[in-house]
Order: sequence, then structure tokens, then C-alpha cells
Amino acid sequence: MTYSASEIWAIIAILGVGTFLIRFSFLGLIGDRPMPAFALRLLRFTPVAVLPAMVAPLVVWPDATGGAFDPIRALAAIATVLVGLWMRNPLWAILGGVVTLYGTMGLTALF
Amino acid sequence: MTVSTAKRTTRPAYWAGVRDGAPFILMAGPFALLFGVIATDAGLTLAQAMGFSVLVIAGASQFAAVQLMVENAGIAFVLLAALAVNLRMAMYSASLVPYLGAAPLWQRATVAYLNFDQTYITAIARYEAYAQMSVHDRVLYFFGVATPITPVWFGATLAGILAGQTIPEAWALDFIMPIMFLAMVAPMVRSLAHVAAAVVSVSVGIALAGLPSGFGLLIAAGAAMLTGAMVEIWMEGRKT
Repeated sequence: MTYSASEIWAIIAILGVGTFLIRFSFLGLIGDRPMPAFALRLLRFTPVAVLPAMVAPLVVWPDATGGAFDPIRALAAIATVLVGLWMRNPLWAILGGVVTLYGTMGLTALF
Repeated sequence: MTVSTAKRTTRPAYWAGVRDGAPFILMAGPFALLFGVIATDAGLTLAQAMGFSVLVIAGASQFAAVQLMVENAGIAFVLLAALAVNLRMAMYSASLVPYLGAAPLWQRATVAYLNFDQTYITAIARYEAYAQMSVHDRVLYFFGVATPITPVWFGATLAGILAGQTIPEAWALDFIMPIMFLAMVAPMVRSLAHVAAAVVSVSVGIALAGLPSGFGLLIAAGAAMLTGAMVEIWMEGRKT
């Protein structure tokens, strides 16, 4: 790394302010003014639209395996989604995913 | 014996948030620890690494920035790439407006500072499930969710800086994050429109995974939101 200390602090400060402004943007500027109906309809899908796209590449090409597909991690991801859809409860889904991950890792280590 | 009624009414929402946020310690802890280790390896001082975790407080973008700094990328490129990773939070911000828009400015600013993936997804799931929550209770709930996660994020970063030891990869802790996000999202898939949005999100997310970090995600999210809205309109049209 060849940056000076002040350059590094400038990066940290600008990222800090910039990230805050991104997070504050709509919440800060719109406040309780009404939003268009179609915008509200789009925004209701935000969690379902953002997080699967963020996670999917990590499931197919995990960092820890150097990007190689790992059937154990894929299985754990599928188990998490199925338990979550079935039980409608995040904690059960986490448990299902973690048990599948470590259970399958344990079994493959044994045999 | 006199307990103020204000306290009695504010507490349940806050403590419900603390309870729902607590499991994310499992995920924030290892993630922040790893950031502390990598930032120190990269040559950042203790204050600089902590500065990232306290001022930026957005894991994925912190890793992206440090990675590019190790490669001695231009400062403008470091900033652009890391901020692109965080642009999804503008969508989070917009989707919180119907629930929190009426809160006082300082509360909205504090929520904005604490608005990362874990707090957002936990809070929005609660707001959708309990439509009758007051704005005040929603803010308290959000602060409650952030209460266990935020100190762990700071503390584990510091522990990583001081310990300087990476967690063994055999523990597969890298995969706790995908599991927790999938676990949060799956119960929110309630209709055909949600299924369609999730399928588009996954497909486009994978197809565009080769783009610079953040950009593929934004396109996938936009396409998925549009898909969800269009399918919902189509379903409403079929009912009438």
C-alpha cells in the first residue's frame, strides 16, 4: 500500500460521509411526504430483490473455496430457504441451514 | 413504585428489537474479526481500521475498499467501487420511508447511520408483519435491533486488529452470512410476485456476477423489483 496517512484518512472520511448520505437519502429528504403508488409498489419488493442477488454468487462461487462450487454449501443454502418457506421463521431457517452445513461437513469427514 | 407510563410503553418494541437482532451477533462477530485481520495485514493502523468500522459501518464495502487499496488502485476508483457496493442502501432508505418518514429528523438520521443489511431486513420484516405499529415503536424497534449488533461489529474489529489471526477456513464461517440472509428473506416470500422477484434477483445476480462489485447487484435488484411489481399488477387484474 503506497498511500500517505492523510490519503487513507481521506478515503475513510469520504466513504463514511458518502455511505451515510446514501442511507439518509430518501429517508431524510422525503420524510412523510406521500410517494407515488407505483414507487411504493416497487419498494415493497426491496428485500426480496436485493438480498438473493447479493447471496446467490456467494452460494455458487464461495470465497472460502477459492470460487469453486461446493455441494455442501449449496445444500445448506437450499435447506435454509426450504425451512424458511415452510416454517415462516428466520431462526428455524438459520438452524436448518447451519445443521445441514455442519452435519454434511461432519458426515463427509467421517466417510 | 411509580413507573412512568412512557417507559412502560416504549420498552416492548425496543426489547423485541434487541431479541430479534441478537442472533446476528453470530454473523457480525466473525465478519468484523476478519475485517480487523485483513485491514491490519494490508497495513492500516489500528485507528484507521477502526475508523472504517465506525464511520463507514458497512462490511462488504469495507472489504472492497481495503482490497483495492492493497492493489494500490487510484483513490477515485477505491471510492467509486466501495460506494457502488453501498448503493443498494438507497433502496433500503426509500423502502423505509412509508414506515419511518414521519419520525423526527434526528431519529431518521440515526436510523440512516445504523441502516445496514441486518438491521434493515429485520426491521422491514417486522413492519410488514405488524402494520399497526406506531412510528415511535418502529424507531425503537430499529434501535433495538442495532443494539446487540453494532458494539459487536466495533469490538470484533478491534479483536481482529489485536489478534491478527484469521479464523480457520475449516469452520466455514464464511457461509454463516449467506445462511442468515437467506433465512431472513425466505419467510418474506409470500406471493407469486415475491417468488418471481426472487427468481429474477438470483438469475440476474448470477449472470452479472462478473461485473465490478456492486453494479451487477444494482441491476439485478432493479429488474427484480420491476418484475415483482408487474406480476402483482397482473395478479390483481386477474382477480377483478
